[in-house]
Order: sequence, then structure tokens, then C-alpha cells
Amino acid sequence: MNPSDLILAALLTPLAGALGIALAGRINHNLREAVTLVTAAVLAWAVWSLLPDIQAGGRPMLSVSEVLPGIAIAFKVEPLGMLFAALAASLWIINSVYSIGYMRGNNEQHQTRFYTCFAIALAAAMGIAFAANLFTLFLFYEILTLSTYPLVSHKGDEKTVRSARIYLGVLLTTSIGLLLPAIVWTYFVAGTGDFTPGGIVRGKLQGPEVGLLLGLFVFGVGKAAVMPVHRWLPAAMVAPTPVSALLHAVAVVKAGVFSITKIIVYIFGVDFLFAEPSSAWLLYLAAFTIIAASLVALRQTNLKRMLAYSTIAQLSYVVMAAAILKPLAEIGAAIHMVAHAFGKITLFFAAGAIYVASKKTELPQLRGIGRRMPWTMTAFTIGALSMIGVPPTAGFVSKWYILAGAFEADNYVAIATIICSTALNAAYFLPIVYYAWFAPETDGENNNHGEAPFFAVLALMITATLTIGFFLFNATALELERQLVGP
Amino acid sequence: MNLNEHLAALQIVVPLLAVPLIALLQLRRMAWLVATLTSLMAFAIAVAMTVGVLNGQDYQYFMGNWQPPYGIELRVDALSALLLLVITAASSAALLASYHSLDTQIEPRRHALFYAAWILALAGLSGIAVTADAFNVFVFMEISSLASYVLMAGGPDRRGLPAVFKYLILGTIGATFYLIGVGLIYMMTGTLNLEDMAQRVTQVADQKPVLAAAGFITVGLALKAAMFPLHLWLPNAYTYAPHVVTAFLAACATKVSLYVLLRFDFLVFQDNLVSHPLRFASLLMPMAIFAILIASAVAMFEKNIKRLLAWSSVAQIGYITLGASLVTVSGLTASVLHIFNHALAKGSLFLAVACLAMRLPGLQLRDLAGCARSMPWTFAALVLGGLSLIGVPGTAGFISKWYLISALLTLGAAGVALVAVIVIGSLMAVVYIWRIVEQAYFQAPSNPAAPAAEAPLTLLVVTWVAVLANVYFGLQPALPLALSSSAAAALMGATP
Repeated sequence: MNPSDLILAALLTPLAGALGIALAGRINHNLREAVTLVTAAVLAWAVWSLLPDIQAGGRPMLSVSEVLPGIAIAFKVEPLGMLFAALAASLWIINSVYSIGYMRGNNEQHQTRFYTCFAIALAAAMGIAFAANLFTLFLFYEILTLSTYPLVSHKGDEKTVRSARIYLGVLLTTSIGLLLPAIVWTYFVAGTGDFTPGGIVRGKLQGPEVGLLLGLFVFGVGKAAVMPVHRWLPAAMVAPTPVSALLHAVAVVKAGVFSITKIIVYIFGVDFLFAEPSSAWLLYLAAFTIIAASLVALRQTNLKRMLAYSTIAQLSYVVMAAAILKPLAEIGAAIHMVAHAFGKITLFFAAGAIYVASKKTELPQLRGIGRRMPWTMTAFTIGALSMIGVPPTAGFVSKWYILAGAFEADNYVAIATIICSTALNAAYFLPIVYYAWFAPETDGENNNHGEAPFFAVLALMITATLTIGFFLFNATALELERQLVGP
Repeated sequence: MNLNEHLAALQIVVPLLAVPLIALLQLRRMAWLVATLTSLMAFAIAVAMTVGVLNGQDYQYFMGNWQPPYGIELRVDALSALLLLVITAASSAALLASYHSLDTQIEPRRHALFYAAWILALAGLSGIAVTADAFNVFVFMEISSLASYVLMAGGPDRRGLPAVFKYLILGTIGATFYLIGVGLIYMMTGTLNLEDMAQRVTQVADQKPVLAAAGFITVGLALKAAMFPLHLWLPNAYTYAPHVVTAFLAACATKVSLYVLLRFDFLVFQDNLVSHPLRFASLLMPMAIFAILIASAVAMFEKNIKRLLAWSSVAQIGYITLGASLVTVSGLTASVLHIFNHALAKGSLFLAVACLAMRLPGLQLRDLAGCARSMPWTFAALVLGGLSLIGVPGTAGFISKWYLISALLTLGAAGVALVAVIVIGSLMAVVYIWRIVEQAYFQAPSNPAAPAAEAPLTLLVVTWVAVLANVYFGLQPALPLALSSSAAAALMGATP
């Protein structure tokens, strides 16, 4: 297949899968799960088949239709989108394996709707990854929001619906109220919205206008959860754990930081933005979000809630790295997307496995759990170390690049933030790990449980392995992202 | 005999012939069937003429073969074709929906007469769009108005009667003003044919009566088009009319008056008035701005879903007049495009409301609480229609707002301020659509009589066809774009 057919395949496979899942769900549950796994595998194959061409410097395109002169639905694969698509497609396979274990272990309702919406969300993520212009990006961004809403409100009880309302409300209003005007503005100023290396607004905007447009974009992309538009993320943790994994690692928040990075690199242009003082606020805001979210995470007693705040901090790492506006930092931003995805999906899988096996959700309940669930807690430990950035885990690699970029820019705010937040990360992750392994169990808890279902444990062991594996074998990703900043 | 030549006449003749037939049919299902088939046939005629217009044909028809300016001339160009499409499509969709929806609202024995009035309204509205004769416009306007008073008063809610009475009084004043204006021009030029009028008006020595005529015509038509601040009749008339009637008339009735206004302002008056450099249409701008801001703000606080959408219509008419008030080709393109796209959005929203009304006891927002669960398809349609109304990319509403913004940005600093008006108006649309979503999706059902089932299938199918048309024309806007840009060029062509 030639590359543009592969793009089409990557977009249509999950949609066809969604249809297949909806139909198969009426016949047999095993068949439905088989369709999910086959779809995920085909999608991963399609996306990975694109890689050699991108590595060789190819930029395959697929133009679907021109809506208005200059506004088209078109797709173009570039290194950053390639990385995001490969990440989302690969993690979907593992996430599906885990979902099967989790959803069956918990006897959840409406499983067919769940898998169908999941597949549509993946199609939207592929659209975002490969979007060739802002218009296409926006379309798929909204589809992702709408298709994940039924997932977040899956349980359907009053509390869940209230949280889902925050989720939908924040993401829709920011995208329509801020992102859309920003996109329209860009089109009118630059005459195009195509993602172009070096940016498109250079010379078209100057002074405070640049900072303002950047602000519309950053807050408009609510999925990146930069404070103060972060509230939806802790709210959305009411969803089933596989959905949290989708939100936090596979697609949703990654789509947010991916969009921001892509906009900074391809719409503004790194050099242009670096020379423009009115854009400096973004770095400070991201730094503030990192510290503030880490402090909030420190005070949480609910495991998933703590992980949600940790995600907010980690997302702002990506935004801050992108806002350092130096080549090494941009590479760091891209790599951190991957590193955080591996680590955080492991942590969420572990949290879900604990819930399935023991129904425990609060941190104090986890004392001594390491002896009952050794596999799960081993994976959890690896994920936690990656969040802190300790070698040999994925988190170390990306922090290295972000720090290198910060030194290159002599940006002491960024350096201080990274040091501070590393300490804070350690402060909220290490006690959990310590107590889980070394503290005695508290009495009165439901301590009569063993490991989680096999599928769940299998999935989290794979992601933990990936977290370590990425520390050792990251050359492909790094080479790919060098193209992002280099010629 | 070549059928193609007679299409313009058939557009009016077919429905007019069907009216007595329907009125005589006592079986209500038969009446429905004949009315729907008539409407679909009218739609087919409109489509055929649209295809012809797009291929460069200009439909001209002389009634009784009397040559203009003495006889009545029918003429279909891009602007009329676009309007005919809107009218006949809205009528057909609403009639298909009425099969179920009307049963709950009008006693069966009156159905035949009701459908007869409907087709009469269709004939009148189409007549306004095809005719090229100023007095003929008045005749068709009266036909359509009288028929639509009957339609709107037909609902079961007795509050509909004072609402329609208000509409009747204001509508009659509007039509009278129009007639006075036409009379004055006729006095000065001696012709009723619009094109002839445009040529002769330049030779009129005393311009005063012509200016008075322009004032009468503009105000009269603005009344009929519910242009702010002459919109007072609209919210209640839409609210208490039978739901399918609202869907039909909200999509096209006010737009037909706007169409006549555009014809007069741009063909007859604009630049033809010696020693009067003032551009008439540009006077509409302040009204348009107020319409967008004030009517949207009122919609934000409305408690009844139909009245909320009716106020939104007043605001949307503001967008249409704003485009026209720029007196540029790009502004007019946006304006005409928005006639089409707003008809799509509002038509599908009111159809979705008709679906709701099948299962809900009332149409206050609080009656919607928690209903999305039992009527997922209806509310999904409502959300998509709402997105089109807001102007989200991927829907038809985005296309016209995009063109409107690009037309405004050619004006420099003033244009930027007007863009801000549009952005604020759109954000207010987000708010009022969100209020519906909020109630339907996120509130617990307030009464135990919450609907147990979806709306009837035919009703849902019609609604979804309309909703998907919003998406289709949001992604493939070639057809309305071609029509509206050639309509705009033709209108502006008269004012070089």
C-alpha cells in the first residue's frame, strides 16, 4: 500500500471497527472482543507501516475534500503526528486487552456501547494526529470530545453525570469560545491554516497580538488541562479505569498537548515565538500549573484523583517544554508525551487492577498490598519511578531533553520548576510505594484478595516493560523527532 | 411543448390546482398524501430549475404570453432558485413530519382544510419568489399571509389566537405599507415590472415620492420579515403555532420578505435615485447589530424551547441583514448563503422540537429535564442542529458565518468591531443551546411522566435527513455557494 492509502486505512479502520463492534455485540461477547482486538491490531499495523516513509523524510498527504477555497479536510503525516498516532494505536491494543479483563471482572453494563465509542475516539485521535490544517484538527478534536462523553458518563449515576457535565462543558465551551476564534483569526491573518514548518504567522502578526493568539490557542485546547481549564480532568476520573487510561495516556490529554505543540511548532514557528516577548507568559503559566498541580496531588487521599492531578502537572511539562522554544526542548516535549503515556497508563492500570481485585480506592487502604498483588505493585513502582524521572525509566529520557533545552535557553525558571516538581513527585509517589511494600496491612480492610484478572495483569506488565524499554530503546523516537526541529 | 419552459409557471400552478382538491377530500390521510405529493412535486420543480440556473439558464415566463412590461412576467434566477429550494424543501419535510405530529394537535376532521391552507401558503410563498412584478408580489404575499394566519391559529393552545391576531394586524400593516410604496412608484414610473421600474426610476424628475415609496416598502417588508425592532409578532406566533407549521414557516416565511426587500433595495433603488448617493441597504446595519445582540440575549433567558428558538430566529435575521447592509458582493453572498443555511439549521431544530412534542407534556425547558436518555436520537439531532446554529465547523452554519466574517474584514477597523459582534452573538448562541443540553442531559427527570420512548420513526427520519443536510452542506457547500454568489453578483450588477 502506498502511504496515502495507509493514512486512509488508519482513519477508517477504527470506524469500521466501531460498526463491527456494534453489530458483533448483538451476537456474542467473545466475537465483539475479537473484533476490537483485530481492529486495534490492523490500526497499529497501518500506523507503524507509515513509519519508514516518515523516517526517510517523506510527508505523505491525503486530501479528502476542499470545503471552501483554502479550507480543506486534508491529512499530512509529519514526525510529531507520527509519534502520537503510533503511541495511541499501540496503546489501544494493550488497553483493549486490559478493558476485557476489567469490564468483565467488574460486570459493567453497556459494554458494547463502551467498545464502540472507544473505537470512534481512536478514529478521532488518528484524525487529530494526521490533520494537515487547523480546520481538520478542530473537526476531529470535537469528535473526540463528543465520542468520549458516553465513556466518561458510563456508569450513569448522578455523580457520574455531574462530572461528565463538567467534562463536556469545559471542553466544548473552551473549544468553541476560544479555539475556534483563534483558528478563524489565523486563517484570516495568514490566509491559510496549514501546518507548515517554520510557522505561518511570521510577519503577519506582531507584539501583543501574538501573545493573545497564543492564549486563545492554549486555553482553547482545554484537553491540555493548563490551569485554569484543568477542572474537567479530576472530574472525569469517575469513569471506568480503561477510560481513565484512554483519557490520560492514549488519546485525550495527549491530543491536547499534541495540538499545542503542533500549533507552536507549525503555526507560530519556534524561532518566531522565541523572539516575541509577548509569548513568554505561557512558560510561567505552565510552570505554575506544574507546581500547583503537584501540591494538590500531594494532598489527595484517593488514588485515581491523585493520579489525575499528577497528569495535569505532567501535561504542563509538555507545554512548558514546548514553550522553552529551543530545539532540544521541543524534542523533549514530544518524547515526554510518550514517556508520560507509558508511565501513566501503567499507574492507571495498576489502580484499576487494585479496584477490581479488592475494591480499594483510597491511599491509606493500600498499606501492605504489595505482598498480595506483587505483579501489580511492581508495575506501579516502575510507573511511579518514571513519573519522578528516575533511570532506568522512560521519564528520565524526556526530562533529560527538557532540561537540556532549558539550559540551552538559559531558562532558569524552567530549570527550577523541573527540580522542584521532581522533588514533589517523589514526595507523593514514594510513600505509596514504600507503604505498599513494607508496611503491615491495616485490620478491618478487605484483605482477602489476590491478584487482579489475568488480562489486567498482563496489560500492566506490558506497559511497565514498555516504560523501562523506552529508556533503553528510544533511538527511533528520538531520530524521528529530530526531524521536527531540524531540516 | 417543452416542459422546461413552463417550470416557472408550474411552480405556482401545481400547488394552486391542488388546493381545492385537498379541501374537497374528506379523508385526512388522503389529504395528507395529496398535499405531501404536491409539495414534493413543487420541490422537484425547484430542483429542476436550480439545475437549469446552475447551467446558466434564466427562466422567463410571460403569463398569457403578454410581453412585459404590460403582462406579468415570471422570472427565476439564482436568488429565486435558492429561495424556492428552501421553501419547497421546508414544506415537504414539515409535511412528512406532520403525518404523526399533527394528529396530536388538530382534530382529524379539520385536517383536510388545514392541508389546503398549507398548500395555499406554499403557492403564495413560491409565487413571491418567482414573480418579477411588484403588484403580483403583493397578491402572493396576501395569499401566503392569509393562509399562514390560518395555519398558525390552528394549534390547540388558545394563547395562539391573540398571537396570531397580533401577527395579522402587524402583517396587514406591513403589506399595506408595501402596497402604498408600490402605488407611489407606479404613479411616478407607470410600470409594475421590477426591471422596467429600475430603468424608469432614474428618469423620474421629482424624486420625493420615490423616496417615500422606498421608505414605505422598506418598513413594510421589515415588518413582515420580523426585522428588529419590528419583530414583536414573531416569538409568540412561532411558539403557539402547531409544531410542524413552525418548522415550515420558520425556515422560509421571513426569508421570503427579505428576498423582496433585497430585490427592491438592490435592483430598484440602489444607485438609481438621482442625486441621492445614500445606499439604502446600509441603513439596515444598526438594526442588524441590535438584532444580533438583543435577540440573542433574550433567547438566553427564555424558558420555552420554541420561544427560545424563535428569538434566535430574530437574531439570525440580523446576520442576514448585516451581510446585505455592507452593500458588497461578498457581504451579499454571505447574506444569501445564510438565508439557506439558517433555514436548514432552524428547520431541523423545529423538526426536532416536533419530535419532542410527541412525547412531552410541555415544552418549557424544565419539561426536558433528563429526557435525553429516553429520546437519544431526538436530542442528538437537537444538538447537531444547535451546533449548526452556533456555527461550528463541519456544519452549514459555519460556512455562512465564515463568509460573513471575511466580508466584514475587508472593511478595516469597523469590520473588526462587527466581527466582535458576530463572535459575541455566536457565544450567546452557545449559551442558549447549552441550556437545552444541560436540561436534557444533566438534570434528573423532574416529573414521573417522563417520556418512555423515542418519537415515531418517520418523524425521526425526516428530522435526521434535515440534520444531516446541515452536515452535508457544512462540508460540501458548493451548491448554495454557487447560487448565492451568482445571486449576489446579479444583485450588485445592477449597481455598478
